[in-house]
Amino acid sequence: MFDFTEEELNRYSRHILLKDVGVEGQEKIKNAKVLVVGAGGLGSPVILYLAAAGIGTIGIIDGDVVDISNLQRQVIHTTADINRYKAESAKEKAEKINPHVKVVIYKDFLRAENALDIIKDYDFVVDGTDNFPVKFLINDACVMAGKPFSHGGILRFDGQTFTHKPGCACYRCIFNAPPPKDLVPTCSQAGVLGAIAGMLGTIQAAEVLKYFTGAGELLTDKLLTFNAKTMDFRKINVHRRDTCPICGSNPTITELIDYEQAACDLTNR
Amino acid sequence: MAQITVNGNNQEVTLPLTLDQLITLNQVANPEMVSVQINDNFIEREKFGSTQIYDGDIIDFLYFMGGGR
Ligand SMILES: [Zn+2]
Repeated sequence: MFDFTEEELNRYSRHILLKDVGVEGQEKIKNAKVLVVGAGGLGSPVILYLAAAGIGTIGIIDGDVVDISNLQRQVIHTTADINRYKAESAKEKAEKINPHVKVVIYKDFLRAENALDIIKDYDFVVDGTDNFPVKFLINDACVMAGKPFSHGGILRFDGQTFTHKPGCACYRCIFNAPPPKDLVPTCSQAGVLGAIAGMLGTIQAAEVLKYFTGAGELLTDKLLTFNAKTMDFRKINVHRRDTCPICGSNPTITELIDYEQAACDLTNR
Repeated sequence: MAQITVNGNNQEVTLPLTLDQLITLNQVANPEMVSVQINDNFIEREKFGSTQIYDGDIIDFLYFMGGGR
């Protein structure tokens, strides 16, 4: 029934020991296909932990190359990776951690034109991006395609995340539309404590593993926010909004939109 | 005086008070971008001025967070 080798059973033994995971749960993890959008601050811990956990297929989409200013928080990349494609660098590390994982890379950015075509091959999407246009694009594409996703945002000492499943609150239920261009700083303009990316990314990775194994309760209809200065964590109940422009009763958004906003790294250079 | 909860903290306010007035009172940064929930229900932006705050209300100001890379 289960086709794990002796080596895999040893590798995943600490998962298998968990009553909520077991061999059955590990099998679900092995059959899972997860797309990580962005191999940066959030994507780094997400990819490292998902690869280690044995997610069967990990897609990584990032059209950017490693810059020295990334290394303070993008822990999947090393000094030797500067100027390499982030997707290639991340694939190499993921495969070194766990050769059982199939890593598919896209040296590109997620856009209105390619989003639905790329996410259709995956069971779950992780938002590891740094700008509102793509965060809204991931939301809209996943709502349209009926895919679950984990949203993540970090800024300075703060982080915020929620998990979407069809029928539960989406990003637009909470935030109707992207903020006016340049009004909200992205990480490159505002700064971010590197470890915050690890704190939030590991929460996102845990949500992925919970989703596939069915363990515990997901952050669906909940917005988790934390501040690392006070280490206050808050979980705010949110609900699907009937007037939501994409998942409400009368959706006004019927196709994907490329919002205009310079990407984090572009504004930085 | 009325007791309300704002982002998890207790606050004493004098009624009547609209949501718009509370936003000004609390010096909420970038009010044109904040999302507001009262007792777990989102309030549409157009209704900020006409929404009254009541004793015991639980109010959450939610902010955009755009970073990640
Ligand atoms: Zn929605």
